[in-house]
Amino acid sequence: MNTAECRPGLVPGEAGQSAGGLPRLLAERRGGGPATLAGHLARHGGLPTAAWERRRREQFIAEVGRAGLTGRGGAAFPTARKLAAVAAGPGRPVVIANGTEGEPASAKDKVLLAREPHLVLDGAVLAAGLTGARQALVVAHGAVREIVDEAVAERRRARCDPVQVQVLTGAGRFVAGEATALVNWVEHGIPVPTRVPPRISEHGLGGRPTLVQNVETLAHLALIARHGAAWFRSAGTPEEPGSMLVTVLGAVQRPGVYETGIGVPVSSVLARAGGPAAPLTALLIGGYSGSWVDQAAMALPFSAAGLHRAGASPGAGLIAALPAGACGLAETARIARYLATESAGQCGPCLFGLDSIAAELGALAAGHPFDPGRLRRWLGQVDGRGACHHPDGAVRMIRSALRVFAAETARHARGWCCGTRPAGVLPVPSRAGP
Amino acid sequence: MTSRIRLRVDPIACAGRGLCAEILPGLITLDDWGFPVIRDADVPPGWQAEAGEAVRVCPVLALRLDRVDRPARR
Repeated sequence: MNTAECRPGLVPGEAGQSAGGLPRLLAERRGGGPATLAGHLARHGGLPTAAWERRRREQFIAEVGRAGLTGRGGAAFPTARKLAAVAAGPGRPVVIANGTEGEPASAKDKVLLAREPHLVLDGAVLAAGLTGARQALVVAHGAVREIVDEAVAERRRARCDPVQVQVLTGAGRFVAGEATALVNWVEHGIPVPTRVPPRISEHGLGGRPTLVQNVETLAHLALIARHGAAWFRSAGTPEEPGSMLVTVLGAVQRPGVYETGIGVPVSSVLARAGGPAAPLTALLIGGYSGSWVDQAAMALPFSAAGLHRAGASPGAGLIAALPAGACGLAETARIARYLATESAGQCGPCLFGLDSIAAELGALAAGHPFDPGRLRRWLGQVDGRGACHHPDGAVRMIRSALRVFAAETARHARGWCCGTRPAGVLPVPSRAGP
Repeated sequence: MTSRIRLRVDPIACAGRGLCAEILPGLITLDDWGFPVIRDADVPPGWQAEAGEAVRVCPVLALRLDRVDRPARR
């Protein structure tokens, strides 16, 4: 194997695409496998080094602000504000690239790391430069750990990065990607959220200011560094600029991960996956703590503003298509049970409440007697009552199901179900071992 | 600018013993699993002694009083 150079033979900016066309992150390449360092540099050019000049950091972070990049892990927090907060924090910061992807239905972070590990590593190294960190940790899902290790080794041989890059395997749990849980996992090997006053941007890993950023966000950051804010904004909407990765699953022709400009109609995102594979009755948008929407949402823009009308949001970029014949309540009950078992078990209302709610939904799905008033009361009692947002997300998903599958709920109460195919359209891992 | 006293529960520390709800029935109720729901985090002036007592008797130190220097109304 020849050792790749760290700089491409071309001037940065001329190497890759200069127009804002898609795909940006997921290049179409002959043959499978991850991009090599040489291939990555030929496509995108080298990483501008301006981030390491202290006096240019602020300008650089301002450019990220002008780009309007927001976190792609689900919370959509403005990246520039986070960078600035960590850079201004007390002590030497540390960067954690979050590729945990504990959501069982989501694949976009794994696909990104498996195909374009260098884009993520560029972003992590760049974020370290922008915040003054000397260390960047990449937490990768176990399925792609080796690819990331190989990419890091390749860069080390080429002496690419002025900061230390370390790779860890994420904890395979739903809540493990939550920022405080991630810091807890890295530091103590315990993947559950904590309450760290005041916040991890000031007091995180080892008490240091900590930047936790989703891997896709970092990949976008690496491209903004090369092409600038105006380029970034040439995709997406003025309010929600850029592109995003979306995992499309369920009843579509080609389930997979697709890159799309934010704000294209939901139906266009499904079309990227070959369109519906059956008549659809509903969609689950955003993830397992996202929202069910009915057919009418197909025409809405896939953006926070567009989906707001249907009570949904793009979340971590996920659309699951429910085919006619599948029972939305049965799917919801399975997901609710999964989310209840994935409670970190630290906060009473989440631990006991989600379990009670899942049992009630199980009865509803099975057509057994259930008490709708009690279910609604419990949803109200669990909402907002945890140290993290895990219970809130579960409540949001379940409330949306009761809204979208209202007619089905009434039928179930009379012992009927329109489901003709067995439940299990949406993947829920069975917990192996103790 | 007024200074307000706010009641907070650390949901991780809280074990649902319920003493706080007995001392502050007007401010704290219990959910169906016995965990405290704070109805109004702002402690009215007349209740500050009881609020302090509730904080002291919490066996797991999950209850806290914070002084917030912010206008009460925006």
